[in-house]
Amino acid sequence: MGLAKRIIPCLDVDNGRVVKGVQFVDIRDAGDPVEVAKRYNEQGADEITFLDITASSDDRETTVHMVEAIASQVFIPLTVGGGIRTCEDIRRMLNAGADKVGINTAAVFNPEFVREAAQRFGSQCIVVAIDAKKVSAQGEPDKWEIFTHGGRKPTGLDAVEWAKKMVEYGAGEILLTSMDRDGTKNGFDLGVTRAISEAVHVPVIASGGVGNLDHLVDGVIEGKADAVLAASIFHFGEYSIQEAKQRMTDAGIEMRL
Amino acid sequence: MSNKSTGDMKKSTVAVIDYGMGNLHSVAKALEHVADENTSVIVTSDPAVIDAADRVLLPGVGAIRDCIGEMYNAGLVPSIRKAMAEKPFLAICVGIQSLMSHSEENGGVDCLNHFQGNALFFGEKHTDHDGSKLKVPHMGWNQVKHTINHPLWADIPDNARFYFVHSFYVVPENKSEVAGTCDYGLEFCVALARDNVFAVQFHPEKSHKDGLQLYKNFLHWDGKP
Repeated sequence: MGLAKRIIPCLDVDNGRVVKGVQFVDIRDAGDPVEVAKRYNEQGADEITFLDITASSDDRETTVHMVEAIASQVFIPLTVGGGIRTCEDIRRMLNAGADKVGINTAAVFNPEFVREAAQRFGSQCIVVAIDAKKVSAQGEPDKWEIFTHGGRKPTGLDAVEWAKKMVEYGAGEILLTSMDRDGTKNGFDLGVTRAISEAVHVPVIASGGVGNLDHLVDGVIEGKADAVLAASIFHFGEYSIQEAKQRMTDAGIEMRL
Repeated sequence: MSNKSTGDMKKSTVAVIDYGMGNLHSVAKALEHVADENTSVIVTSDPAVIDAADRVLLPGVGAIRDCIGEMYNAGLVPSIRKAMAEKPFLAICVGIQSLMSHSEENGGVDCLNHFQGNALFFGEKHTDHDGSKLKVPHMGWNQVKHTINHPLWADIPDNARFYFVHSFYVVPENKSEVAGTCDYGLEFCVALARDNVFAVQFHPEKSHKDGLQLYKNFLHWDGKP
């Protein structure tokens, strides 16, 4: 009896379609975002994350309309990320029906933005997304660094220290993506997940690398994640959300069934 | 979203109070989703509209000092008190905290004192019964135990899960006003009921079918316990 761990399907949306890139290239079409969101809602998803990966700002208006359409029909929490750079961006997404926004690169270039956003909108709706890569060599103590631009640009920032700083600045939740694992289907980077989850007092969502249901179990039990995020294993019908929840329940994890 | 009736049919109105604290889209959409054709959902910051509404919903997000401050600045407190005195009234999330006497948040804030008692912080070192670390905010789906029978619990199973996101919890002085509880390191009050006023800590508009059922129950509630 208590708080359930969460399963969060993620919609990576490019030009109005759900896509899933392997290591952010090789993009596959997975359908209309509103339809996909409704399907996951019916399957019992605990939240939905909508990640706008559209490059051009012309398409931001499309995103706003899609968020509105999803929020009008799907009554579970909705996080919107991608291209959130100003308080005005946040206000637009919240007004469109998002419950939380994900801030990624903008936080790296301007940490004060996180503080300002948390003060203005409340920590409960500020998710700081962290893209981390392991940079320690084998045999060295584990070390992970923050990368931007889809994992291409190193920042010199230590991932665990960065997560602690972001929580201090007002992040209400951390969405942690392992850039080494994203799209590989080899499972989460459990080391960085656990290190960050134990270092901060806010919930941590593990992301990047889920290839089967045991990976979700590992993310919670070994990675100490409060929620697990996955995309392709659900998009292409390999597993349903119910199957994932059942497997996690069988492993002794408290879930909302 | 208009309260103008068409023909002779009198429309029932539910006012969602907008005091400038962010997104009311989800609340309004969820109410509209369960409302019949004779019910209008009006998001409003106009005291006259609140006074004229058949039922009133007080949402709340963000920090308590801003919430209470905006309610006073917008001149809404008399209408909120009037509504709580006479018609079906539902408060959610920070809304429940704003109805208490006092909150620990923001260094201490006096609230509307409809329910006697305080809103307390879980603490950054909150732990479970076995001593293990618990995350704060309390974010996600937790089970709500009904401690009384109430029309707003109709067709909602006991221990159904609702979506929470909060760092403060209410501790009412009068335990007979507790309508529901939840366990997160401690058992705490997540629903309060007195006469025509009901208040919940969770977000029905984010709680899938059981949340929608609670809104449906609210739209059909005559305000009697």
